[in-house]
Amino acid sequence: MILQVENPVVEVHDLTVSYDRKPVLWGIDLTLPAGALVGVIGPNGAGKSTLIKAMMNLLPPSSGYVRIFDQPLKQVYSRISYVPQRESVDWDFPASVFDVVLMGRYGQMGLFKRPRKADKDAAMEALEKVGMQSFADRQISQLSGGQQQRVFLARALAQNADIYFMDEPFAGVDIATETAIIELLRQMRDQGKTVIVVHHDLQSASEYFDWVVLLNMRLVASGPTEQVLNQELLEQTYGGKLTLLSKVGDLLRKQEFPAREKG
Amino acid sequence: MNAFWIILTGSLVATCCSLLGCYLILRRMAMVGDAISHAVLPGIVIAFMLTGSRDTIPMLIGAGLLGVLTTFLIEFFHRFARVQADAAIGVTFTWLFAIGIILISVFAGQVDLDQDCVLYGEIAYVPLDLIITEGGLSMGPRTVWTLAVVTGLIGIFIWVGYKELFLTTFDPAFAAAIGISTTLWYYLLMGAVSLTTVASFESVGAILVVAFLVAPPATAYLLTDNFKTMLGISVAVGIASSILGYYLAVWMDGSIAGAIATVTGIAFMLAFLFSPSRGILMRQKRVQAVGH
Repeated sequence: MILQVENPVVEVHDLTVSYDRKPVLWGIDLTLPAGALVGVIGPNGAGKSTLIKAMMNLLPPSSGYVRIFDQPLKQVYSRISYVPQRESVDWDFPASVFDVVLMGRYGQMGLFKRPRKADKDAAMEALEKVGMQSFADRQISQLSGGQQQRVFLARALAQNADIYFMDEPFAGVDIATETAIIELLRQMRDQGKTVIVVHHDLQSASEYFDWVVLLNMRLVASGPTEQVLNQELLEQTYGGKLTLLSKVGDLLRKQEFPAREKG
Repeated sequence: MNAFWIILTGSLVATCCSLLGCYLILRRMAMVGDAISHAVLPGIVIAFMLTGSRDTIPMLIGAGLLGVLTTFLIEFFHRFARVQADAAIGVTFTWLFAIGIILISVFAGQVDLDQDCVLYGEIAYVPLDLIITEGGLSMGPRTVWTLAVVTGLIGIFIWVGYKELFLTTFDPAFAAAIGISTTLWYYLLMGAVSLTTVASFESVGAILVVAFLVAPPATAYLLTDNFKTMLGISVAVGIASSILGYYLAVWMDGSIAGAIATVTGIAFMLAFLFSPSRGILMRQKRVQAVGH
């Protein structure tokens, strides 16, 4: 069940990525539609983060290529934004919340330029969108996990890109933050932006995403959520991992007997 | 007047090193500065042997090349041989420094240099090597001019590349994703560290360079949560250490570079104990205040 789309925003062709000569992703061929909220789902070690990093050329592929907006990556940097995993940076760094959000504007500013009023306004607006405007002057080491995630999201929003790659934005955040973030991602999608999210929670996946990529070193499936999240494909993705299989069971039970109404 | 020139030399070295050191410690690369400051030795000796003079330019080129080679080797061993970063640093710089020492001892006759000078510097001799114009007018010590130019270059580098350096230090993955080359800025930073090291080594020696690269930035890190303030405090601590260190050395009649390095260490200890936000003693006080 690998559905290819016409006029894709992201086209991945025969992509293989290796660490230390050991391939972690094999022959990935996929295309993603514009204006979709895409979930990249799979067990631990399936190469989910590797896939989005390779899409942004942060990791060199062993073979294959990636095109975004039907162009090589180098020509479209300003239209791409990235929300890395929260743990990837040192939160004791001497910087304020506003400093970090302003970084989202650096790509557009170019060398030699200082931030102008327009850049500062964009950063402040992004902070308002994630409900953190009152934290602008706060030192980043004083933030909770959920607040750190919101700051990272604000930084990406300040960039005003067309495609967003997000690595586990819901990991270790509180419910309020998770709800706020997903609401924001839906708004972005409704404005025609494409949002690609690495996600590990199967239970919320069907609710959050319009398009799902199932991954376990190889591409298992890529298509609209309702066609992809079924027992057969999930077993193919999580096959052999018993603890995870029980989660799949949970999920399937929930599909039959929905525990909560879908809003 | 001698005191003025010596303190000015110390302050200029302190300024370059303290600025660059802020980036190094935040990248967890403080010891790379240590490595470069030692590993440039063979480059300096080879430049001496090839040109037969102590001209600044060939020395800067020789040492600069070795500095970049050092960072490249460290990256190479770490990435491709998968040795731990600190082990890669240790192997690279001790090996290059040792080659420099051998070159000095083998060609001792031709090379006007010795190990003591490289390690401890001869800051007390700075005022002796003056630039005298044809009219007989003294323009001040040669070292001071070299260091002033280097300090200017480092200042311009940080001014121009401020946001790129800030971003690639804080979050290299995001920087790369938005099209800012982390490799380019890494090597520019390392090039700047090499330049500073070689311009400083003759006057203050490798040990004081390392002290200036690490202690003032670490002190500033304990005292502020704002990066620009950190750069400012770091420079202030470096310059204050040069002044106090000079008078400490005069009072003890001891090594000037040693005294300055000692003062930077004392500054760090004071910040460690009394920093309002992170100091050990202050923390106890805060806990008590909450308790009552």
